[in-house]
Amino acid sequence: MIKILKYSFYDLMRSRWSYVYFLFYLLLGFVLLFLNNELSKAVITLMNVIIVLVPLIGTIFGVMYFYNSKEFTELLLAQPIKRSSIFFGQYLGVAGSLTMSLVLGLGIPFALYGLFESNAIWDFSLLLITGAFLTMIFTALAFNIALSNENKIKGFGYAVLVWLFLAVIYDGLFLMSLIVFEKYPLDNFSLIATMFNPIDLSRTLILLKLDISALLGYTGAIFKQFFGTNLGLMISIVMLTLWTVIPVWRLGYKSKRKDF
Amino acid sequence: MIQVENLYKKFGKNPVLTGLNLSIHSGNIFAVLGPNGSGKTTLIKAVLGMVIPDKGSISVMDTRIKNQWKYRQQINYLPQIANFPGNLRVKELIEMIKDIRQMPSDEEQLIARFGLEPFLDKKLSNLSGGTKQKVNIVLTFMFDCPLVILDEPTNGLDPLALIRLKELIFEEKGKGKTFLITSHIMQFVEEVSDEVVYLLEGKIYFKGSISALKTKTNQTNFEHAIAAISTP
Amino acid sequence: MKRKHVLIYVILLLLGTNMWASTITVCSTCSIKTIKEAIAQAADFDTILIKKGTYNEFNIRIDKPLTLIGEDQPIIDGEEQGEIIQIAANNVTIDGLHIKNVGTSYTSDYAAIRVIRSEDFVIQNVKLERLFFGIYLERSKNGKVLNNTIIGDAKDEYNSGNGIQLWHSQHIMVANNSVQQVRDGIYLEFSDFITIENNYSANNLRYGLHFMFSNDDIYEGNTFESNGAGVAVMFSKRINMHGNTFKNNWGTASFGLLLKEINDAEISGNTFEENTVGISIEGSNRIVYKNNDFIRNGWAIKVRGACYTNTITRNNFLFNSFDLAYNSNLNDNVFEENYWSDYTGYDLDRNGIGDIPYRPVKLFSYIVNRTPETIILLRSLFMDIIDFSEKVSPVFTPDNLVDAKPLMKRIK
Repeated sequence: MIKILKYSFYDLMRSRWSYVYFLFYLLLGFVLLFLNNELSKAVITLMNVIIVLVPLIGTIFGVMYFYNSKEFTELLLAQPIKRSSIFFGQYLGVAGSLTMSLVLGLGIPFALYGLFESNAIWDFSLLLITGAFLTMIFTALAFNIALSNENKIKGFGYAVLVWLFLAVIYDGLFLMSLIVFEKYPLDNFSLIATMFNPIDLSRTLILLKLDISALLGYTGAIFKQFFGTNLGLMISIVMLTLWTVIPVWRLGYKSKRKDF
Repeated sequence: MIQVENLYKKFGKNPVLTGLNLSIHSGNIFAVLGPNGSGKTTLIKAVLGMVIPDKGSISVMDTRIKNQWKYRQQINYLPQIANFPGNLRVKELIEMIKDIRQMPSDEEQLIARFGLEPFLDKKLSNLSGGTKQKVNIVLTFMFDCPLVILDEPTNGLDPLALIRLKELIFEEKGKGKTFLITSHIMQFVEEVSDEVVYLLEGKIYFKGSISALKTKTNQTNFEHAIAAISTP
Repeated sequence: MKRKHVLIYVILLLLGTNMWASTITVCSTCSIKTIKEAIAQAADFDTILIKKGTYNEFNIRIDKPLTLIGEDQPIIDGEEQGEIIQIAANNVTIDGLHIKNVGTSYTSDYAAIRVIRSEDFVIQNVKLERLFFGIYLERSKNGKVLNNTIIGDAKDEYNSGNGIQLWHSQHIMVANNSVQQVRDGIYLEFSDFITIENNYSANNLRYGLHFMFSNDDIYEGNTFESNGAGVAVMFSKRINMHGNTFKNNWGTASFGLLLKEINDAEISGNTFEENTVGISIEGSNRIVYKNNDFIRNGWAIKVRGACYTNTITRNNFLFNSFDLAYNSNLNDNVFEENYWSDYTGYDLDRNGIGDIPYRPVKLFSYIVNRTPETIILLRSLFMDIIDFSEKVSPVFTPDNLVDAKPLMKRIK
């Protein structure tokens, strides 16, 4: 598996898209910091970027890589290698290189700006951790979709739909159900609904840092326990891990049963 | 060498293999023949573990291959369509496969034999179909394995390369290797194979030597014999 | 001649009182072992010097002008029997005592130090611990409460008292005190012309500072941190609030500053940082908000109920989850020349003022008002889209609720 990871990673490092992605983040970091000159504002803008763009890029990149490396996959399948290793290796290669672009691309400008002396370092690290999680989750979802769809166009379509659903539509439905059922106690429901969407989950994780004073304005005891203690942070991280592990596991499961 | 028992495989609603039984002994060259869509490639891919059968069992060298992958260390496989990662160079591809297989290899002799030296630093996406097939052959033959599976090995080869390929097959056969070959070029099959297996509608329709086939169909020409057997 | 006599008499009298004012020392090995005994023996204007040690006494009543000075913080332990010191005379000074274990009662408000109908008192450098009420001023005037430290252990509102309480008192200076972990840090009822300066009030159950029916008071330079709620100003007039810090007042009904039925006040130069609500306003009119910083609050300003003719100008609104919540369709308040960190407009004529107005009320803040659980969707893309459409064509937010001259740069 390590070997496949190495070759996938190496392959990606030579492709121009990783650089585009890396440069994009680098530029974004510099623009935010040096045109704005306000670290808190930069962190908030970054959060919006991370919860919207990172999943989108992870999805598109994942699907693209999967279809483009079809030949590589076929070549490997006839070699004495475990099937799951081939896919896990490729997955980790893509997710790893994307995460690296993200962390380096944003990390360099922030480090140059003098982040390490600032107390925004925790907010910023949390942003990067969340970004890394989202990359892993959405790359895994993209691989799953691509594995189940031979047709490239269809696969692309489904992947973008999944992103659109989780990034926008889900929250719309969520909001509507909250308003429709506002007469009932909803704090349990809203926390659970958050758990089922990795983007919401990451957003919540960041809210815990940025908007805790607003969150604690709500009356519900469960909310209070969730946001007021470390429980929220812990549950969110556990759920994000599950969101990563389950699609990766399915990838392994499905790949074992697929004909090539 | 290979035991296939009662093999079934459907793609969607389309049955490809329907209860296929086959036994292949070591040290011979077997040609798997049959009309288009008769399941030749599916059979080969099932042996390689790339296609998962619905029913039945396959053993390679006395081990059941279900959920196994180590047995592929004993197989060299030449895929039908030479698809390689386009942005790799030929040299890098060879190095990569060597790195993955971790076995002694003698690619230099093969590169010389097929005249690939000028192409070693070229990217695979810039190669012609024939040159790609030569690279494919190098990758297949550079390891020393008891079982060699060739899916349409003659695709795109020029006459000289074809001669070199035949030489290579006979050399390797001399070392006691077993070959499983599919091809549409009957002349090639007649030249190299000891036994033919004829697939029709997902089953073995005929298995035996070429002379036995000619006798059975009352034909003197192999190509005609094949034509005769496919029109019942 | 007669005039001269009088003069000499007066001088003699002054000298005499000074000459005869003596110091009485109290300690465990002295002839006078208790504070009560010392007070009983003391003449007017005497000084009682209390040496280091622990004195188990309560109901100490000071009924003549005396100065009580503690040397090296002697401890007066009330053993939870009731009130500890009562001042019922003018010109009393208490300095440097450490008082603890005030009795708790549901029927009377026992205090560590109570001042009753007295003037010109000074209470300073006193440390209070394990108390019910701390310093209780009752119908008193012209006193000073300085440099005291009050650390309570209040757990529930119903059986705890306030740190410093002023009731029907006037012209009192309360400065440089630290009050923690009591019910209300400082509480004023019917008290006018009070100055509250540079105090630190934190971790109190209810309010850091609480005004009821008190007029013409000033508080400035104080810090209110992590209280149930920061400062509540209710039913009072002409309160001047300047240069205070309201910080980390978190909770369901929590705020940095609550204004309820307040008219004609000025709130300037304050910092509101990380409160659930920076300022909560109810039925308050003609108030000027100027040069305040609102930093990372849940809501910088929450306007509830009728509020008219307020002016909000030259403030910094920095990274609040919501800048303004407003629950009415009418707006009669002026927002002008503030800096809003959420402002995304441009300044083509380079005069430092944004060319398009800023709308401080977001649609989302309405939705949260109606269905509080929706707060969990804060900062989601969907909400941003909805807020954007509301910004482009307002339907739910008052049309004229805008800052027409938003500043491009933060006011330093």
